[in-house]
Amino acid sequence: MISTLRGQSLLSLEGLEREALVEVLDTAESFVEVNSRAIKKVPALKGRVVASLFYEESTRTRLSFETAAKRLSADVLSLAVASSSVKKGESLRDTIATIDALGIDAVVMRHQSSGASVQVSRYVPHVRVINAGDGQHQHPTQGLLDAFTIRQVLAERRHTTGPESGAELFEQLHVLIVGDIRHSRVARSDIDAYVTLGAEVRVAGPRTLLPVDIDRWPVTVVDDFDEALEWADVVGLLRLQRERGSGSFVPSLGEFTRTFGLTVQRARRLRPETIIMHPGPINRGVEIDSLVADLPSAVIERQVANGVPIRMAVLYLTVAGTRMEGAQ
Amino acid sequence: MAHEVLEHNSDREPIVVIGLQTGGVPLAQLLAGLLGEIGGAPIEFGTLDVAFYRDDLSERPVLDATSTSIPVDLSGRIVLLVDDVLFTGRTIRAALNALSEWGRPRSIQLAVLVDRGHRELPIRPDYVGKNLPTALREAIVASVEGVWIGTEEQP
Repeated sequence: MISTLRGQSLLSLEGLEREALVEVLDTAESFVEVNSRAIKKVPALKGRVVASLFYEESTRTRLSFETAAKRLSADVLSLAVASSSVKKGESLRDTIATIDALGIDAVVMRHQSSGASVQVSRYVPHVRVINAGDGQHQHPTQGLLDAFTIRQVLAERRHTTGPESGAELFEQLHVLIVGDIRHSRVARSDIDAYVTLGAEVRVAGPRTLLPVDIDRWPVTVVDDFDEALEWADVVGLLRLQRERGSGSFVPSLGEFTRTFGLTVQRARRLRPETIIMHPGPINRGVEIDSLVADLPSAVIERQVANGVPIRMAVLYLTVAGTRMEGAQ
Repeated sequence: MAHEVLEHNSDREPIVVIGLQTGGVPLAQLLAGLLGEIGGAPIEFGTLDVAFYRDDLSERPVLDATSTSIPVDLSGRIVLLVDDVLFTGRTIRAALNALSEWGRPRSIQLAVLVDRGHRELPIRPDYVGKNLPTALREAIVASVEGVWIGTEEQP
């Protein structure tokens, strides 16, 4: 178990203790303040080099990581894989060796293969590796920013602040995650974060889109989706990942929407304060009705906005943090 | 100390009191209250955390970031920076860098409860509660309630 991210790579939220998660959330709170300043920049990572290596397309994650690194004054090497030597057949190992030879402190990496970032952290043990999504495995910063967003919304409602509440607001919190759990690295990271912080998590989705080993996960599968909507304090929707072949796991998109989409009619079952989340990009009219996505209780844009402070916190702790023996 | 600050600055100059996290904050709050009482006008008060501005980030564990809240644009103001213990001066150096991002103050003055010596930078306080010569291995804890000296094992 890992009790702090200071000086560590961030490959997965699995195995991170509650105190490590709370530390990231609290640190991110300080960066929210930095992001509200006229000059949104601090010199914490001045002279450090962060490489961003995205083998898979991404808008919000790549932009928010690069924004985060720049606001910490790090230098950013951004490798556009599509126009790089990768297209000439260079292996992952050789690409990493090349950018490592340029002298980097951290690499932010997205890859279509599960476990790719773990592999890279073995190639270059002296570099901090930050997983920005690997196949169907994990997307740790998304899990962290989702937890951060929930804590922020709940803290505001109770007129307190996130750091004051620690993990308290997650006790007895009912979270329902809906949709394509099988192909979703976001679901895996979200579940790890929520369960470690003390929430109760249930999942709903077509049987074909639930992972085969779901009974070994720390979650309950719900039979009655409509009933679970009434139970939930937070509903986390997932994108139907057609690029990973989700299309062939459901009879049709229309059928999926009718049974597991958050339609206007279904949204009426939610309590007005139930938080609606989606990691984006959203398929309006598939997992979520366009009108529902624009409800005040839908915090989708806030999730995007929180991406920068969370990623600043992760970069700050992992890169600026010295590796400590028996961390305090 | 509050009287000293007021004597030093004419009435018309707006003072902003900024406490350094975490030890300087209660002192700054106290000082801002007193300055307001004696001067007859409320004094603006803020807090500053310098964790992200330190020059020794790579040599020591990352510090917990606390909160920064500076209510006004500092351009043209007199800033009174408050900390509990002045030691190497590196925290103050970091604070000076940080403050420049909120504008260009007319002047920045420094008030500390305890000056324990061992400066590593050309920084000196304007107002000192007590000069307390110490050995390097000693640790100082200063708060509104009092000041303690001890060796590093048992501060």
